[in-house]
Amino acid sequence: MQECEKELREVAKKLLLEKKVDLIIGYEEGTLPLRTRPIFIREADETKKLVWNSRCENSLCSYLKTTKERVGIVAKGCDSRSIIGLIKERQIKRENIFIIGVPCSGIIDRKKIEDILEGRELLECIESDSQITLKGEGLEEKVDKDKLVHASCKSCKYRNPVLYDTLVGKEVSQGEVEEYSDVEEFASKSDDERWAYFNDEASRCIRCYACRNVCPACYCPQCFVDQSLPTWFGRTLHPSDTLMFHMIRTLHIAGRCVDCGACSRVCPVNIELRMLHKKVQKDVKELYDYEAGINLEELPPMATFKMDDPQEFIK
Amino acid sequence: MRKGDRLKEKIIQKEQIGKWLEKLGKDYEIWAPVKRNGLVLFHPISSAKEVYFNFLNSKKTPKDLFFPQSEVLFSFPKEEIEKEVETILQKPRIVFAIRPCDARSLALLDQVFDSEDYQDPYYIERREGTLLVGLACTHPQQSCFCTSVGGGPFAKAHLDLLMADLGDGKYFVEALTERGEGLLEKNDSLQEPQKKDREKLAKIKEEAEEKVKSKLVTKGLEKKLDKIFDSSLWDRVHQRCLGCGICTYLCPTCHCFALLDEKDKARVERIRNWDSCMFPEFTVEASGHNPRISNRERMRQRVMHKFNYFVERYGETACVGCGRCIQSCPVNMDIREIIEEIRNE
Ligand code: SF4
Ligand code: SF4
Ligand code: SF4
Ligand code: SF4
Ligand code: SF4
Repeated sequence: MQECEKELREVAKKLLLEKKVDLIIGYEEGTLPLRTRPIFIREADETKKLVWNSRCENSLCSYLKTTKERVGIVAKGCDSRSIIGLIKERQIKRENIFIIGVPCSGIIDRKKIEDILEGRELLECIESDSQITLKGEGLEEKVDKDKLVHASCKSCKYRNPVLYDTLVGKEVSQGEVEEYSDVEEFASKSDDERWAYFNDEASRCIRCYACRNVCPACYCPQCFVDQSLPTWFGRTLHPSDTLMFHMIRTLHIAGRCVDCGACSRVCPVNIELRMLHKKVQKDVKELYDYEAGINLEELPPMATFKMDDPQEFIK
Repeated sequence: MRKGDRLKEKIIQKEQIGKWLEKLGKDYEIWAPVKRNGLVLFHPISSAKEVYFNFLNSKKTPKDLFFPQSEVLFSFPKEEIEKEVETILQKPRIVFAIRPCDARSLALLDQVFDSEDYQDPYYIERREGTLLVGLACTHPQQSCFCTSVGGGPFAKAHLDLLMADLGDGKYFVEALTERGEGLLEKNDSLQEPQKKDREKLAKIKEEAEEKVKSKLVTKGLEKKLDKIFDSSLWDRVHQRCLGCGICTYLCPTCHCFALLDEKDKARVERIRNWDSCMFPEFTVEASGHNPRISNRERMRQRVMHKFNYFVERYGETACVGCGRCIQSCPVNMDIREIIEEIRNE
């Protein structure tokens, strides 16, 4: 891990010194235990702040949506897929992005740590290759990282970046959990149960839109929920507003969501958005044999038309 | 609004709290911290068993009990213009185990919604119909800085009752208003505090105050902010901000809203929804022009409003130091760092 961090800093420094990029977007340590955060570096000296570890939970790709400079970006497997999506959808130019790929064994889900803490405050956390030590008042607990890995990472088949200009660190093994096992289990429940589940999830939504803003696939200059002339959407907390927001966003990212999990991780009220998105991913795979962001060539299914496209759903 | 005069001090045994709440539940709707889906929020409770006493602070503040995120202010059949006022509270309420910082935030909201210039009937009815039973913070967090902005983990201001967990199965309770005293009267198993209880209380209070390690120096801050409206500092500090609504929606003192009319075939409703200065649409004008064009201007607004405009208008900082914005920001924007940077600018 430390090796990798050292290499990362060197690569970034060199890119800035050789003026290959104007800006490096990576991670630095945050102000609370467990937290890292995005950092924007323009001076070579500052690259010493860069870190890479299993707490680098943010997707940095969302910043590519607005930046105009030549950017060197630290990208995990899922992030490299998001970048491919943004290139394919002509949101960014390949030649403006230098991808510093980092193989990733999975990001730690802070919510899982909160469950362990049971209301106690985390004062320090020490990370080793396979474990995390949680420290607080009257608390010292070693936990295997495997147990803390985010659901999206558990089943991730692309832990090694798919597209990169340079790779930092060693390649890692892929996620072991069957990709759609949780979706299938959920799909086997009755309509009523599923409806109740989604209503319950949506009832906690505070409409902060962090999930949308962090999502690399959500880049519309103005989102449908924000339009006011005309107003497409109510702004209340009624399920017809909140649930519809999530359902429409889910459809808008069909064939584009890479299951990076960033949206679930930013949600302040622990809404499990993944179940919706993963189901649509599965449908796209089954209907169009397409996976988002695994190469630059294949055309996105929602942006193409083929004579033999399935159309049983048109009645 | 209310004075924190000491009216009555008692000891409640932990196991008696259930009975007491049950009794109070006959006359009041009781809201208390409850843990569901791994999340501590204030919910109406029917038994003390539901109360999650072991909480650091609730994820969301109880602000929406007074100023709901979305509420129909009034509605009327399309044909008639006559206003229909609905009763807001069916029953008086108690917010049980509210933290002192959140209680203080309500006093700040009072300035906005219950001032000489403007009285908001919706807010006021809820506020007057609700008693605040505080629970002192024996475990302030690293992100708490209440003591820097006029509060404290055992602060009594604006509460009706303050309870403190003495850690030995007893709670020290202090009635701070007559209404608070009334709540205590419903409890027939109260004990008189002994000397050692008072000593214990003083000790845990001191320990808690010491635990609030974060300090935010606000002295002279508003003057400084006056001078740096155009500073390049704002180009730097906002960079990683996602422009979401978390920091303002979870903040106990934020109070911005937007009004909206919705209609179906038969009725028209006027709805008030929370809004946030971190959203691009917050300042879009009818012409389409947006004076706060990027996150830079929006972040500046958030800081300016809390630490400059509000101070100028009401004489106090619009931040109670609860640390929620620090804890929940998805990209770890830390208001303490921003303020420090401003001071050093
Ligand atoms: S929808 Fe969520 S999981 Fe999918 S790409 Fe967007 S942020 Fe990632
Ligand atoms: S991040 Fe969570 S609370 Fe915020 S809009 Fe998305 S689902 Fe709702
Ligand atoms: S500071 Fe954090 S919580 Fe606030 S709008 Fe920006 S990203 Fe969201
Ligand atoms: S600005 Fe942050 S710390 Fe201050 S009251 Fe609001 S949420 Fe709490
Ligand atoms: S302007 Fe912003 S900071 Fe001020 S109260 Fe409104 S939302 Fe909060």
